[in-house]
Amino acid sequence: MSILGPVGLGGRRVELFRRRLCGVAKLLGTLLLTFLGLLLVTFLIGRVVPVDPVLAAVGDRASAEVYEQAKRELGLDRPLYEQFAVYVWDVLRGDLGKSVLTARPVAEDIGRFFPATLELATLATIIGVLLGVPAGVVAAVNRGRWPDQVIRVVGLVGYSMPIFWLGLMGLLLFYGTLGWVAGPGRVDIFYEGMVPSITGMLLIDSALAGDWAVWRSAFSHIILPAGTLGYFSLAYISRMTRSFMLEQLGQEYVTTARVKGLSEWRVVWRHALGNIMVPLITVIALSYAQLLEGSVLTETVFAWPGLGRYITSSLLSADMNAVLGGTLVVGAVFIGLNLLSDLLYRVLDPRAR
Amino acid sequence: MRRIIAAAAIAAFTLTQSGALRAETPPNILVVADAIDDIVTLDPAEVFEFSGSDYVNNVYDTLFVFDPNDLDAGFQPGLAESYSLAEDGKTYAFKIREGVTFHSGNPVTAEDVVFSFVRAVKLKKTPSFILTQFGFTAENVEDKIKVAGANEVTMELDQAYAPSFFLNCLTASVASIVDKKLALEHEQDGDFGYEWLKTNSAGSGAFKLAAWKPSEAYILERPGDEDGYWRGKVAMQRVVVRNVPEPASQRLLLLNGDADIARKLQPDDIAAIAGNSEVRVETDLKGRIYYLGLNQKNEFLSKPKVLEAMKYLVDYKGMEATLLKGQYVQHQTFLPLTFLGALDKNPYTLDVARAKELLAEAGVPDGFKVTMDTRTVSPVIEMAQSIQATMAQAGIEIEILPGDGKQTLTKYRARQHDIYIGAWGPDYPDPHTNADTFTSNADNRDEAKLTGKLAWRNSWDIPDLTKLTEAAVLENDAGKRVEMYHELQAQVLERGPFVLMFQQILQNALRENVTGLNTGGPITAAYYWTVTK
Repeated sequence: MSILGPVGLGGRRVELFRRRLCGVAKLLGTLLLTFLGLLLVTFLIGRVVPVDPVLAAVGDRASAEVYEQAKRELGLDRPLYEQFAVYVWDVLRGDLGKSVLTARPVAEDIGRFFPATLELATLATIIGVLLGVPAGVVAAVNRGRWPDQVIRVVGLVGYSMPIFWLGLMGLLLFYGTLGWVAGPGRVDIFYEGMVPSITGMLLIDSALAGDWAVWRSAFSHIILPAGTLGYFSLAYISRMTRSFMLEQLGQEYVTTARVKGLSEWRVVWRHALGNIMVPLITVIALSYAQLLEGSVLTETVFAWPGLGRYITSSLLSADMNAVLGGTLVVGAVFIGLNLLSDLLYRVLDPRAR
Repeated sequence: MRRIIAAAAIAAFTLTQSGALRAETPPNILVVADAIDDIVTLDPAEVFEFSGSDYVNNVYDTLFVFDPNDLDAGFQPGLAESYSLAEDGKTYAFKIREGVTFHSGNPVTAEDVVFSFVRAVKLKKTPSFILTQFGFTAENVEDKIKVAGANEVTMELDQAYAPSFFLNCLTASVASIVDKKLALEHEQDGDFGYEWLKTNSAGSGAFKLAAWKPSEAYILERPGDEDGYWRGKVAMQRVVVRNVPEPASQRLLLLNGDADIARKLQPDDIAAIAGNSEVRVETDLKGRIYYLGLNQKNEFLSKPKVLEAMKYLVDYKGMEATLLKGQYVQHQTFLPLTFLGALDKNPYTLDVARAKELLAEAGVPDGFKVTMDTRTVSPVIEMAQSIQATMAQAGIEIEILPGDGKQTLTKYRARQHDIYIGAWGPDYPDPHTNADTFTSNADNRDEAKLTGKLAWRNSWDIPDLTKLTEAAVLENDAGKRVEMYHELQAQVLERGPFVLMFQQILQNALRENVTGLNTGGPITAAYYWTVTK
C-alpha cells in the first residue's frame, strides 16, 4: 500500500487529466462540427435561393462585361464545392470576407453591429429578469387573486402585441409627447464619435472614458428600445416563473417548511425559488439568445444599427459573406450561452456536479 | 430588497430625465433623416443609387453642373470653365477652371480630370457605360482623353454626338473629378484607390466626408469657411445624414426638432404633419416612372389590340388620388417631365367598354390568364392589386406572383415573366437614357442578352425605332432632336409593350427655419450645401 499508494494516486491523476483532456477535445470537436455544419447549411441556402448575388452587387443597369467582371471578383464563377472550401479556409485564417452591401470587411461590420445588439439585448434581459422573475413569483403566490390577474394580463399584452407597434407607441408617448427619453438612434449627434470605441458598447465605453454626458445621452437613447424588448422577455420570463413556482409550491417540502414555522418570505423566495433556478436559467438563456440574434423590427423603429437588420438586409441582397459571418456569430452566441447555462447548473444544482 | 428596487427605479428615472434634453439641432449643423440603406459604395466611379448620388453631389464637382437655384437652365460650366468643339464634331477641348482646390489642398488640374475619366472607364463599374457609350474603352481611353496644355483637356468621341447629350452625361456622378494625388497615395494593386474611395472621399465639392457608418449615418464637413467653395456660400458646417428606415420614426425626429429634414415620409405621415406650424412640406418632381412591361413572348400579350386594350384597363386617376397620393402623378410617356423632349400626353383612361371591344377585335373576347411578377413592397403591391381588379373587369385574369426585388428582377432580366410591374429611373439627365432602354433593341435573340434594355427584356423587336433612337443622339439641331423624341414616345404610347403609368414626386418635410433645400428634380440629386437655417 505504502509503495503503491502514491503511484496509484499519480496514476489516477493522470487518468483524470486524460479524461478531462478527452472531454475538452470532444467538446472542441463537437463545436467545430457544429460550426462547419452551420456554415454548410447557410452556404447552401444562400446558393439555392433564386437571387443573383452578382446582380445584388452591380445593380440592374450593369452591362454584361461589368457583370462578368463582378462575378469573377466575387469568386462565383467557380464550382460550388470550391467556393465553400475557399470560404472555410479563409474563415479559419480569420478572414470573413468582404460585405457587398457595406463594402467593408464582414469582421469589421460585425464588430460594429454586434456590440450594439449585445448592449441592447443585455439591458433588455436585465429588465426582463429583474421585473419578470418577481412578477412570476408574486403571481404564483397569489394564484387566482387580483395580483395574479394583473400580472397575467400585463404579460399577455407584452407577449401578443406586435413589438414594432409597442416600440412606436413608446416613442410617441415617451419621446414625442412627454419628452422623457431621447429618440431613435444610439446617441445624440453632438456626442457622435466623442468617446473612443473600446467595446463598441456606448454605455461601457463612455463610462470607461468617464464622459458622463455621453453616458446619459446613450442611456436615454437605449432605455426605450431596451424597455420594449425587455417587456417582451418579461412577459415570457414571468409566465414561465409562475408555472415553475406553482409546481414547487404544491410540493411536500414546502408544506414541511411551513410546518417548521419558517416565514412565508423564506419559504417562497429561498426554498421554492431556489429550486426552480435550473429551468429558469434555461428560459432566461434562451430568451437572451433570441434577443442577441437581433430584433429586426425593433432595430428598424429605433434606427438601431444592430445585427438583426444587418443579417436581414444582407440576406435579402444575397450578400452571402455577411450572412455567413452573421450566422457564425449567432451560432457562437447560442453555443456560448448553452455552455454558460451548463456551468451555472453545476453551480446551482448539486446533482449536476 | 424593496428598498433596493425603489432606489434603482428612482435612479433610472433621474438619469433618463437628465439625458433627455429637448434640443433643436445646432444652427451650423444640418440633420437629415433619410433611408440610406441603398448606399453600397462612396466611390463616384461606382455610385449609382439614389442616396449615393446625393452624397456625391455634395462632395464632388463635375466638369459641367446644374445650378441648384435654376435647374431648368440645364447644364452650366463647372470645373470646365469653357469648351470648344472641333469641326469634326467629335473632339472637345475643355478649359479647366483655375484656383479650385481639392479638400486635401491639392489644386484641381487637367491631370486630375484625365485621371478621373481614365479611372472610371478602366474600373468598369456599373455606371461606367455613361462614359463608354462615347467610344472610350479601357484600351483606348488614354489616347482619347488627354492633357492638352497647362489647363486644357481634350476628349475625342467615336461619333459626332449631339453636344447636349455628351455634356449632360458629364454632369453624372461617374464623371466626378477625383483628387489624383490623394487617390494614388491609397492605391492597392493598381486599383486607382478604389478600395479606399469606397469608404473615403477625395473631392473638391462643398463638403468632405467626415465619417461613414454603413446603415447608420454619414457625416459631411465643410473643409474651410463658408465662402471657401467656388460655387457659392456654404452655410452649414456639418451635414449629418442619418439612416432612419422607419418613416414614423423620421416624423417623430422631425417634430421633436432632432432632425431638420425628413426625406422618406409616407402619405399618412405627410397628412399627420399638415397644419403643424413648425414644419412644412416641399414637393419635388423626380425622374422615376412606374410601368408595366408586357412580354412579347406571351401569345396573348403580343397581339397589338391586346396591348392597346390593356392600356385602357388601368385606373390611372383613381390610383393617383388614393394609394399614390403625394407620391406619384399620372404620366404615360417614357420621358419624365422636365427632360428634353418629354411629351406631356395622357391619352388613356380607364375605359372597360373600349377595352372589351379591342379584346374582341384581337380574337380574345373572353380575356385570358397571365401572371404578374410583383415586388412585395408598397406601393407596388397595392398598384398590382388595383390593376388586377380593373383588368378582371374585361376578363383578363392576372395572377400576382409576389417576390423580393432581386428575385423578380432576376426573372425579368431572363425574360421569363408575362407582366412585370416596375420602376425605371433615368441614369443621366439626357433623354437618351430612357430612349436607349425603351425604344432600342439591336438584337432580339435570347443569346444577345441585352439585359440592360427594357425593350429586349420584353422581347420587343423594333429595328425601326432602334434606328431612330440612334439617330436622335447624333442630331445636332436641338429642335429636330426634340421632334425625334416626341415621335419615339408617340410610338410607344401607340404600340409599345409598356403601359406607362406614373412619375414620382418626392415630398420632403422640413423644419420651418430650413430654407434653400433642392433635391435635384428629375435630373440630378440633392443639394445640401445651399441650405441655410
